[in-house]
Amino acid sequence: MRAAVIVFPGSNCDRDMAVALREVTGAETAMVWHGDSGLPDNIDIVGIPGGFSFGDYLRCGAIAANSPICRAVVDFAAKGGAVLGVCNGFQVLTETGLLPGALMRNANLKFICKPVELVVETADSLFTSGYEKGQRIEIPVAHHDGNYRADAELRAQLEAEDRIAFRYGTDINGADDRIAGVLSENRRVLGLMPHPERAVDPLHGGTDGVAMFRSLAASLVSA
Amino acid sequence: MKARVMVMLRNGVLDPQGEAVRAALGNLGFEGVGGVRQGKLIELDLAETDPEAARHSVTAMCEKLLANTVIESYQIEIL
Repeated sequence: MRAAVIVFPGSNCDRDMAVALREVTGAETAMVWHGDSGLPDNIDIVGIPGGFSFGDYLRCGAIAANSPICRAVVDFAAKGGAVLGVCNGFQVLTETGLLPGALMRNANLKFICKPVELVVETADSLFTSGYEKGQRIEIPVAHHDGNYRADAELRAQLEAEDRIAFRYGTDINGADDRIAGVLSENRRVLGLMPHPERAVDPLHGGTDGVAMFRSLAASLVSA
Repeated sequence: MKARVMVMLRNGVLDPQGEAVRAALGNLGFEGVGGVRQGKLIELDLAETDPEAARHSVTAMCEKLLANTVIESYQIEIL
């Protein structure tokens, strides 16, 4: 398995994501700068990390979504490539249009940094096959703009297509239907606000993120 | 030629920042402020000299970058 992690000016979870990919999946992981126009060859998955790309100027993720490398990521996804966007990475993916909806300022206006309970809403994806539907897990969040907005029509569509990957156990940020993570139509792009890469080692205080990276390894290595 | 773009959250989208500003105005004793919506004002200096062409081009900029039309609406003023 080969992975690429995109690095924007202001990314700060890029190394965490690379460590999780290397340590848990054994993937050969390349760091790719935002100004590069292409991804390395034979990549199985692209990780878009958390942070504050371009200082969150204009809107979170908006400038990053229009960077040269993101055009390559959109092409990669269009060809069925797997993409994982965490936190700011989720914001970038909604801004590129690879994922529907938008992320707004938390309803209580607070930056929320704590472990939270998530409910796994589907095990039918290469990111969540190692979990069980309905399983409750604990994963840290660290965001100011995680308030997921989707109108009623979109929410009904996501529900009908089983594309809501995770919900918060209790409302933390005002997100519509407590949605914490969503899948693309082909189920190969996942964006979520919580940080699975920060829960892969007992020293992190929890290891509930391991199953996500093991799911990826199982799906992508055998593919 | 200059263009001014006003980006606002769409009607019906709750604006937590506007709500916080409204509460702060109330705390300062300003009564009768029923609601506050906060947006962005973006000014552009354009080389274009034809107003219609400028509006066309700024509309494309709004759709592609300046506004997220999932949650925001925009108004363009050509000056």
